[in-house]
Amino acid sequence: MHEIARSIDIEVLRYRPEQEDTPVWQRYTVPFTADMSVLQGLQHIKDELDGTLSFRWSCRMAICGSCGMMIDGKPGLSCQTFLRDLLPGPVRVEALAHFPIERDLVVSVAPFVEKLESIKPYLIPKTPRTLAEGEYRQTPAQLAQFEQFSSCINCMLCYAACPQYGLDPDFTGPGVLALLHRYNADSRDGGRAERMQVLNAEEGVWGCTAVGYCSEVCPKHVDPANAVNQNKLNSAKDYFLRFLSPRGGKP
Amino acid sequence: MRRPAPARPYVRTMHRWWRRDPFFMRYMVREATAVAVAAYAVVLATGMVRLAQGEAAWNGWLNALQTPWSMALHLVLLLAFAVHTKSWFEIMPKTMPFIEVGGHRVAASTITRAGWGAALLASAVLFALAWGSRP
Repeated sequence: MHEIARSIDIEVLRYRPEQEDTPVWQRYTVPFTADMSVLQGLQHIKDELDGTLSFRWSCRMAICGSCGMMIDGKPGLSCQTFLRDLLPGPVRVEALAHFPIERDLVVSVAPFVEKLESIKPYLIPKTPRTLAEGEYRQTPAQLAQFEQFSSCINCMLCYAACPQYGLDPDFTGPGVLALLHRYNADSRDGGRAERMQVLNAEEGVWGCTAVGYCSEVCPKHVDPANAVNQNKLNSAKDYFLRFLSPRGGKP
Repeated sequence: MRRPAPARPYVRTMHRWWRRDPFFMRYMVREATAVAVAAYAVVLATGMVRLAQGEAAWNGWLNALQTPWSMALHLVLLLAFAVHTKSWFEIMPKTMPFIEVGGHRVAASTITRAGWGAALLASAVLFALAWGSRP
């Protein structure tokens, strides 16, 4: 057991584009209580010590996906990571890896959002039904095929864990490919053919080398590595079946 | 009011990225063991070629295998194969669609253990066959 700390040092990688060309570490000492998250530590800095510090947050309970950052070198939600687990410190906090830093802990999310839009992350009904025809029904077994992949909160921790995304920012990446699979694996959906173009592309599932760290850091147990890698099989089938069937292997 | 400065996003380097996290280092080791697999394929393929060239060539290859250098190489390759097998089956559940048995999804750890079990069994059978057929 550590002696009960009264304060803890937090080092933040600061980047203020109008002020410095490369990011610099800045150390703050914040009062420590056993129930304090890293986010609360940053909020203390912003409220009491240095109002210029920039970071994103919203819900404080691991569902909005805003407060992801590198904490002691590992991608994590700062609201869900507790300072007591990082004693004695200093705790090093840096913007999510593999994304351009806009300012301090704020990264550019535009590339991620563009990718997310490209996979049509919504149900495209096979045969649209009118309200009078009732709901689209599904069995528990059909639900189980995609349920875990629908837990994604777009926090982008998996991107910060993916060296392939870091090396090639055009790679569609774990989170978006997991969401692509979430819709493709849904029995109510008919958009598979449109999404396969993204999946089959060089920047699609084949950009993945099964590092597997994305699934380790996912706070919602989505297991994006599984979604991506089982779709390598689907992509290979999609490619080879075209030679066997005039309908290109489409069901 | 001061105008906001134009955006000037800072892109961090990926230089020596694999040294950033022990997870990445284990990944690199796993990938590197594939080289050992390829190397041993070359050793075996050489044996096939020597076999086709006749008895003298075949015996030459067998003798070459018994040199200390070859023994050391085999030890290194065996170690690499063990790491390869272990890590390969660890990642295997990630590469498969969900498997259901009796209405329950088979856990990833079960798939991994089944893979390790199959590898051990195959190795044991192969070893027994080799041992039983030694001259």
